[in-house]
Amino acid sequence: MSGTREAVLKRIRSAIGGSSADAAAREAEREVLPREYRRAGSLDADARLAMFIERLHEYDANVVRTDAARVAVAIGAILQEHGQRSVIVADGFPVEMLPDPITPKSGAAGGPAESFAFRREEKANVEDLDRCDGIITSCFAGIAFTGSIVLTHGPGEGARRFTLLPDRHLCVVRTEQVVETVPEAMDRLAGFATAPITFISGPSATADIEMMRVRGVHGPRFLDVVLVG
Amino acid sequence: MRITLFITCYNDTLFPETGQAVVRLLERLGHEVVFPLDQTCCGQMHYNTGYQREAVPLMKRFVETFREAETICIPSSSCVAMIRDHYPLMAEESGDAELVRAVEELLPRIYELSELLVKKLGLEDVGAYYAHRVTYHASCHSLRGLQLGDIPLRLLRKVRGIDLVELPNIDRCCGFGGTFAVKNGDVSAAMLAEKMKDVENTTAEVCTAVDNSCLMHIFGGLHRARAGVKTVHLAQILASTEAEGEA
Amino acid sequence: MTVRVGESARALPFQKAALPLLDDAQLRKNVRHATDTIQRKRGLVVAEQTDWQELRTAASAIKRHTLKHLDTYLTQFEERFTAAGGVVHWASDADEANRIVLGLVQQYGGKEVIKIKTMTSDETRLNEALEQAGVHPYETDLAELIIQLGHDKPSHIVVPALHKNRAQIREIFLREMGLKELGNRPEDLTAAARRFLREKFLRVKIGVSGANFLIAETGGVCIVESEGNGRMCLTMPEVLISMAGIEKVIPSFEDLEVFLQLLPRSATGERMNPYNSIWTGTHEDDGPKHFHVVLLDNGRTSILADKESRQTLHCIRCAACLNTCPVYRQTGGHAYGSSYAGPIGAIFTPQVLNMEHAQSLPYASSLCGACYEVCPVKINIPEVLIHLRGRVVREQKSALDPEALGMKAMATVFGSRHRFEAAQRLARVGQWPVVSHGWVRHLPGMMGNWTAVRDMKAIPDQPFRAWWKQRQKKQEKQA
Repeated sequence: MSGTREAVLKRIRSAIGGSSADAAAREAEREVLPREYRRAGSLDADARLAMFIERLHEYDANVVRTDAARVAVAIGAILQEHGQRSVIVADGFPVEMLPDPITPKSGAAGGPAESFAFRREEKANVEDLDRCDGIITSCFAGIAFTGSIVLTHGPGEGARRFTLLPDRHLCVVRTEQVVETVPEAMDRLAGFATAPITFISGPSATADIEMMRVRGVHGPRFLDVVLVG
Repeated sequence: MRITLFITCYNDTLFPETGQAVVRLLERLGHEVVFPLDQTCCGQMHYNTGYQREAVPLMKRFVETFREAETICIPSSSCVAMIRDHYPLMAEESGDAELVRAVEELLPRIYELSELLVKKLGLEDVGAYYAHRVTYHASCHSLRGLQLGDIPLRLLRKVRGIDLVELPNIDRCCGFGGTFAVKNGDVSAAMLAEKMKDVENTTAEVCTAVDNSCLMHIFGGLHRARAGVKTVHLAQILASTEAEGEA
Repeated sequence: MTVRVGESARALPFQKAALPLLDDAQLRKNVRHATDTIQRKRGLVVAEQTDWQELRTAASAIKRHTLKHLDTYLTQFEERFTAAGGVVHWASDADEANRIVLGLVQQYGGKEVIKIKTMTSDETRLNEALEQAGVHPYETDLAELIIQLGHDKPSHIVVPALHKNRAQIREIFLREMGLKELGNRPEDLTAAARRFLREKFLRVKIGVSGANFLIAETGGVCIVESEGNGRMCLTMPEVLISMAGIEKVIPSFEDLEVFLQLLPRSATGERMNPYNSIWTGTHEDDGPKHFHVVLLDNGRTSILADKESRQTLHCIRCAACLNTCPVYRQTGGHAYGSSYAGPIGAIFTPQVLNMEHAQSLPYASSLCGACYEVCPVKINIPEVLIHLRGRVVREQKSALDPEALGMKAMATVFGSRHRFEAAQRLARVGQWPVVSHGWVRHLPGMMGNWTAVRDMKAIPDQPFRAWWKQRQKKQEKQA
């Protein structure tokens, strides 16, 4: 096995004309690589958020804008609207953002009044995630230009499988987390480069059959975004 | 201006009327046309088919023949692309520093016909008259090789009497591709069929281009299908006038 | 089993393989529909990215730089990846890569694996190798599942089943999933795949993937996907084995900002594909406990050694060149005899095969240049095609090959004015057997391909140069 390693490296070195071990020269070369592309946005805050919302909509995501005082109400309304009863919340997601789970309200579409039951991520196994009605997380950043949500799976953001198995993902994004461009998001991620990172751009989708976009293949079919601030 | 013509081997042999039109046009515009008889072929067919070694003497011959020319006009975008895109590398690989320099000095003096008219001579209206319904086929080498953009169309729009109609899918290859048309005859024929449909849908009487190679292929198909559409090199449209008739 | 790349070592030449495909009206319709759709979407999202050309320039420069220092970046990746809890394996060729993967599967006691769509494992024909050893691979990408269940071959790098329409897919699913009823809307078919695979995602303990990017600086791996099947395979199993070509490494985490903007817009015409996963080694309580990367050479170092075609290794497998290619548009992917179809396949496959096979592929192009124009990493595919044609001529063709003899004779003719003029006369005089009423309608030999669908004007009596000489004489007389 190590024989192969040496053989491949030897072939590479012979192909590129010797070893490239001179770190200083290599770094100097890398420093001057052309990077003339846009690295910072140019929109003001309102336009940036408007773009973020517009592009999330284009992915068929549902977006609700609210302020810090009314997050819990907004979340409660979304859960009720979709008749979600069994909801799992990411570990570390702030309790104060959760609606009161025991207050019965009239259900969606005139159905019977239902209450939702919250469970924490740490108490849920894979089967629970597979069967639940939805999950709630916060996020690391949002990208307006691409309508993306970035998770580093830190506190409140859930483990990777957490945002994957359920059918419905409700994600809370604070307005100051929204940047305009991909390079700005990558810049914010620099300190988290070795954490698990997931970019989510709309619900899972496929266009493998006759190029018609179908939403929800294996990941969540529905994405609800609560934009706060 | 003294303009030296590289007519290209296939125009010389198969499409003399195109060369004659170039001469008529440039002389009408008040220029002197020179035609060095030592010219043969730029080497494109050899080079593109994989016979790069055989193309080297042809490149040297071209450079030698046109070394003294101040402005060179070529009514074929694919030959211009051959010279611009490949001569520098070929010269470099030959290891002949003198040849590298000669190629470098030659390139800025080479113009495809429409490029010469618009970019070098600053003309769009060349005083032509051509009373036909015409559609323009943008050859791949003119579009993506030389990046001519709408230069040929700008010339056509100024032609009096012309009824210019846009060709759908103008950026799609007609399927000629030199030896491709023979080596992959069936695929080439399928590509041609699509192009012919586009041409016929315009209801144009004439399909024009800056390359007779594409036109030979497109017209060959149209003639076989008895479509009744003619193909004519851009030079022939631009050389036509009300007084002197069609070139 | 000896494999270099897919089926190509025993594949038909392109022009022969194309014939039945050109006759398949349904297939051609499906291919046109799919490529037109992606191209239209791509056009819109590329236009809104106003710094597209600057991104292409940056991507091309990063790739060029990486390849120039490939040994360093690979060993750097190996070091950081290992430190993050992963294990790196090196494979010289397809067989060795397959052996390594199979060995790992057996070591962890697996009888089945779940797979994310990976070109590299198509290249090595890993599924066949696993099946021969009694391990069942489940393809989880919808299109790859269609291919696997339909006992078919992929025909496109990004949408491998684009040659099948919904009715054909429905038939495959009904038969292979043992279903009694199934609608034929894409939603119905997708839901059937979801049901079919969900249980496997929850049960199978080993995942196999490729990699879009390996990050030297951090030892991280990045995979972009749409359906969530990728995230399933990357996070649900206990063991993950990723097979990646050695050219997949990029120097830094920051470099991802370039490729993550270029790849989705080029590949599917989306601003961003639904999921990008970036992770580094193993993470506690999140994802697989064992993570192996197999670094595959399989002819890549010989591409690296060829300066003029080294740029082939820039490829990020977006398939924009397939979607825009007028040749691919007519035949679809199966004519290319390898999982790498279209223009990029026409340059990649013959090089991986060391030019022994697939000699027809560099000629499977009209050199129209559309591929180069859309390539997000600026691979000048026409230039590489021409270079490879040269290698076919120099390395593979006998000097007595009729084409070679003809080309040499032509070069001699063009080598002198007098020979050229004599040849013009000879052609004019010699064409009489094939000319009728000024037209040529049938030519013998290879040239018969020309007259199969096209007429040709007879060579005119007077070439341009004869007219010019005559005119000169007249003018001299007048003077």
